[in-house]
Amino acid sequence: MTTENNWTAVCGQNDLISDSGICALVNDTQIALFYLKKEQAVYAIANHDPFSEANVLSRGLIGSKGDDLFVASPVYKQHFCLKTGRCLDDENTRIQAWPARIENGLVEVLI
Amino acid sequence: MSKTKLVIAGNGMVGHQFLQSLADSGQLDSFDVTVFCEESRLAYDRVHLSAYFSGATAEDLAMGDAETYRSWGLTVLTGETITEIDREYQSVTTDKGRELCYDKLVLATGSYPFVPPVPGHDRPQCLVYRTIDDLDAIAEVAKKSKIGTVVGGGLLGLEAAKALTDLGLETHVVEFAPRLMAVQLDNGGGGMLRQKIEALGVSVHTQKNTQLIDDGEQCFHKMNFADGEVLETDLILFSAGIRPRDELARQSELEVGERGGIVINNYCQTSDPAIYAIGECALWNKQIFGLVAPGNQMAKVAVSHLTGGSDNFTGADMSTKLKLMGVDVASIGDAHGQTPGARNYTFVDEREEIYKKLVVSEDGKILLGAILVGDAEQYGTLLQYMLNGIHLPEYPDTLILPDRGDDKQTGLGVAALPETAQICSCHDVSKGDVRAALDSGCCTLGDVKGATKAATGCGGCSALLTDLVNHELEEMGIEVNRDLCEHFPYTRQDLYNLIRIEEIRSFDELLEKHGRGHGCEICRPAAGSILASCWNDYILTENNVSLQDTNDTFMANMQKDGTYSVVPRVAGGEITADKLIVLGQVAKKYNLYSKITGGQRVDLFGARLEQLPGIWEELIEAGFETGHAYGKSLRTVKSCVGSTWCRFGVDDSVGLAIDLENRYKGLRAPHKIKFAVSGCTRECAEAQSKDIGVIATENGWNLYVCGNGGMKPRHGDLFATDLDRDTLISYIDRILMFYIKTADRLQRTSVWMENMEGGLDYLRQVVINDSLTLGEELEQQMAHVVSTYQCEWKTTLESPEALKRFRPFVNSDASDSNIVFVEERQQIRPATPEEKAEIQAEPIKLVS
Ligand code: SRM
Ligand SMILES: Cc1cc2nc3c(=O)[nH]c(=O)nc-3n(C[C@H](O)[C@H](O)[C@H](O)COP(=O)(O)OP(=O)(O)OC[C@H]3O[C@@H](n4cnc5c(N)ncnc54)[C@H](O)[C@@H]3O)c2cc1C
Ligand code: SF4
Ligand code: FES
Repeated sequence: MTTENNWTAVCGQNDLISDSGICALVNDTQIALFYLKKEQAVYAIANHDPFSEANVLSRGLIGSKGDDLFVASPVYKQHFCLKTGRCLDDENTRIQAWPARIENGLVEVLI
Repeated sequence: MSKTKLVIAGNGMVGHQFLQSLADSGQLDSFDVTVFCEESRLAYDRVHLSAYFSGATAEDLAMGDAETYRSWGLTVLTGETITEIDREYQSVTTDKGRELCYDKLVLATGSYPFVPPVPGHDRPQCLVYRTIDDLDAIAEVAKKSKIGTVVGGGLLGLEAAKALTDLGLETHVVEFAPRLMAVQLDNGGGGMLRQKIEALGVSVHTQKNTQLIDDGEQCFHKMNFADGEVLETDLILFSAGIRPRDELARQSELEVGERGGIVINNYCQTSDPAIYAIGECALWNKQIFGLVAPGNQMAKVAVSHLTGGSDNFTGADMSTKLKLMGVDVASIGDAHGQTPGARNYTFVDEREEIYKKLVVSEDGKILLGAILVGDAEQYGTLLQYMLNGIHLPEYPDTLILPDRGDDKQTGLGVAALPETAQICSCHDVSKGDVRAALDSGCCTLGDVKGATKAATGCGGCSALLTDLVNHELEEMGIEVNRDLCEHFPYTRQDLYNLIRIEEIRSFDELLEKHGRGHGCEICRPAAGSILASCWNDYILTENNVSLQDTNDTFMANMQKDGTYSVVPRVAGGEITADKLIVLGQVAKKYNLYSKITGGQRVDLFGARLEQLPGIWEELIEAGFETGHAYGKSLRTVKSCVGSTWCRFGVDDSVGLAIDLENRYKGLRAPHKIKFAVSGCTRECAEAQSKDIGVIATENGWNLYVCGNGGMKPRHGDLFATDLDRDTLISYIDRILMFYIKTADRLQRTSVWMENMEGGLDYLRQVVINDSLTLGEELEQQMAHVVSTYQCEWKTTLESPEALKRFRPFVNSDASDSNIVFVEERQQIRPATPEEKAEIQAEPIKLVS
């Protein structure tokens, strides 16, 4: 395995759930994947919730605040930006976010 | 400095207010307080005494409690009466022979019911209506009586008559004057009231002068009237007015009024400056005040004077509004038009049985008084006109003419009220006080009620208070933004109506038609809940799934470490041995932590996401259903064991609890809903702390509503008594659907009720009298939900598509290595971060 970033296919498009999340495991890293049906867009951020220390973000509700798309943690409800991983409630907290795309019916993450 | 020895005679409503004000003044430390309380119980709410016959207990009515008094450092001696005052030595003597010195003495001895000295007035089964002990005696005699008669058709007499009808007696009212409520009403108003009260089955006899009471032939007594007529009755209740208890003042030669009452000055001092008198025993400016609000003002003035303040008692308004046997009656100011030059307006509607009268000044500019019978909605407005001398509109009659919707401005804008205008007389709350409460951070009606106590007494001011609060909030520029969130410029109630009326079936459709953006964690679950309340589709359909909180999505409650708990339904708390064994087997197989919940069922904790379907398959196989512990929906119907086993039970509480739980299970609502059913008044199921509480009586079921435990406990209100099962269920259907229709998001029934204008009475109107003609519709809506129930776990297990979500990883069979348990008291628990660091986390094996 090289350290160079690669587009890695993690699942099929039809594994995604509209306007909601699922989780993929890539090399021991838990990646939360969210799918916006209308835009046909997919987003990838860390599944680990830094506030509760539990691996649960893929199970949060998604939504928007102004122009930011977010997932709300199912434990204590902090909001994380789907594009950047920025925490919208605490500027000192940021989680990892990866570029993601749908290619030929497959969901790929640049990791 | 040595403490002032303060002795208080009487611990009634005003005596209690005195102690409360003293405590509030922060100067308790400079007093050494001893209270003598003749009754065996500490102060209680005499104003709501009659509630004792419709379910309230002595504890419900209690105002003072020993614990609080102790914490204030008071010595309170119950069942002990002061019998003598020695003014020279500044000491009192009690009926127990105790002697005590005082520096200051406060007389708060109240009054006693006047019993006319008719021969026979002292026969057994001749009673009065003033204390809880009196009520116990009445209930005792009522048990062996058929007919009851109240002597006196005034305010209290009619209330006593209501009590007798509640006790199931044929009830008569005998009044000396030509009409009922002679003090407050004129002939027209009294006549209308009589008509309405007779329609309720009470016989009214006016202009009757009782001359002798002796043995009856069919009944225990015979009352002989001056006009030669007689009335047979088993029980006689005297309610012919009150007399101040001034016997101590007479004995110690304090100044008393010609017709009784201890004379006081503006500081509530008697003719001896070391002695104060407050409440109903006091006579100020030749007036006795037979209401609690003026008494409370006196209490505050006396405390102020004792602690160096300068408050004055300047008299009090005696306007009243009340509901007598369900009839609204109000009397304001100079109701009889005795002011020189006074002019009247009257409005009579004989079909609707409404009588209204305005008394205005000669020039027609100022309201002097008013009488309202049958419809007292304008009470608050009229009272403010009168109290504040606000100029009347050009045509004052518009104030009492029915509102025919032609945009006539009849109400008085709250903006016109001066800062000093009294909004709530029971708790002496002014417009200024309400504004101060809002300034200090209150932002809802409920907050203001909590902070000021306004509208928590007789409730007469609640409509006015609501107007004022809304108006002030808007004035303060606090936009009363009731939008659900940035995605919907609507309240939850608006969205509910849109979804119902436009038959919207999905969030996408709702967002497209009425919203913007992508939604959020506020509007999604709110819409999900409304869609479920209306249509009751499976919550994990493609349309619905993105609306559910994680708990609903996985039909289990997420724990702090990301695992879930499993709570199967155990309706009414009844469970067979076989099912208990299955719970044990499942817990053992999956190594789950087991605990009995506060809701009378079993919770199994520590299930990993991927284990949930397997666990549920086994549970459903054994006959369990989902328990909705995760939903804003019906949780549990707790029950006590009831008449089947318990020697005191009067009905089958378990059977009813199970039926209710099965009827309403799966019903989604603005917040969770809990029920309980108790088999008798001992109330072992704690039904009065539930959203819906049911208690068995000898004659059916009593229904309590809008209670809860939790962060801010509230006792349920008694909604209706002695219901048969069908009526009970139709009331519950209506209440719950009306709650679902009108409550705010995440608002429990208690807060909903507290914010509802008109409160309990309004809810009764809607549910029992069907005032909005919604009853049938609400029942049909409930019938739909009941008939479309499904166990969500069962449906889920049948759908491979839905089951896909229970994989922790879409691309791997591994399991979350971050979940680590340790053992404690022979069961698992989540490891602490320190423990986790120690244990080299090793992925736990999947149980398949
Ligand atoms: C398990 C249980 C405690 C126990 O071990 O006994 C429990 C556990 C939780 N309660 Fe509770 N409550 C439990 C009985 C109660 C009771 C007692 C009762 O129902 O008789 C109350 C007070 C009564 C009431 O609700 O009026 C209660 C008042 C609350 C509240 C405060 C509600 C309020 O209006 O103030 C919350 C918070 C909320 O709902 O917003 C809450 C929320 C919770 C949550 C859901 C918190 C959360 O979001 O994680 C807990 C998770 C449950 C789980 O993981 O399964 N729980 N909770 C009880 C489950 C009963 C059941 O069988 O379903
Ligand atoms: C059925 C009913 C309904 C009512 N409804 C309303 C209403 O709707 N609105 C309203 O404003 N008012 C109402 N009232 C009147 C209200 O209850 C009284 O105004 C209020 O209770 C007066 O308070 P108080 O402390 O002066 O007297 P009380 O509450 O009578 O208290 C006096 C206490 O002092 C005790 N006592 C007397 N002498 C001595 C002594 N020597 N030593 C020790 N203790 C002594 C008495 O036993 C009594 O417990 C109602 C009253 C009744 C009975
Ligand atoms: S009281 Fe608090 S800690 Fe206990 S179960 Fe309820 S919510 Fe959880
Ligand atoms: S006036 Fe009685 S509660 Fe406000």
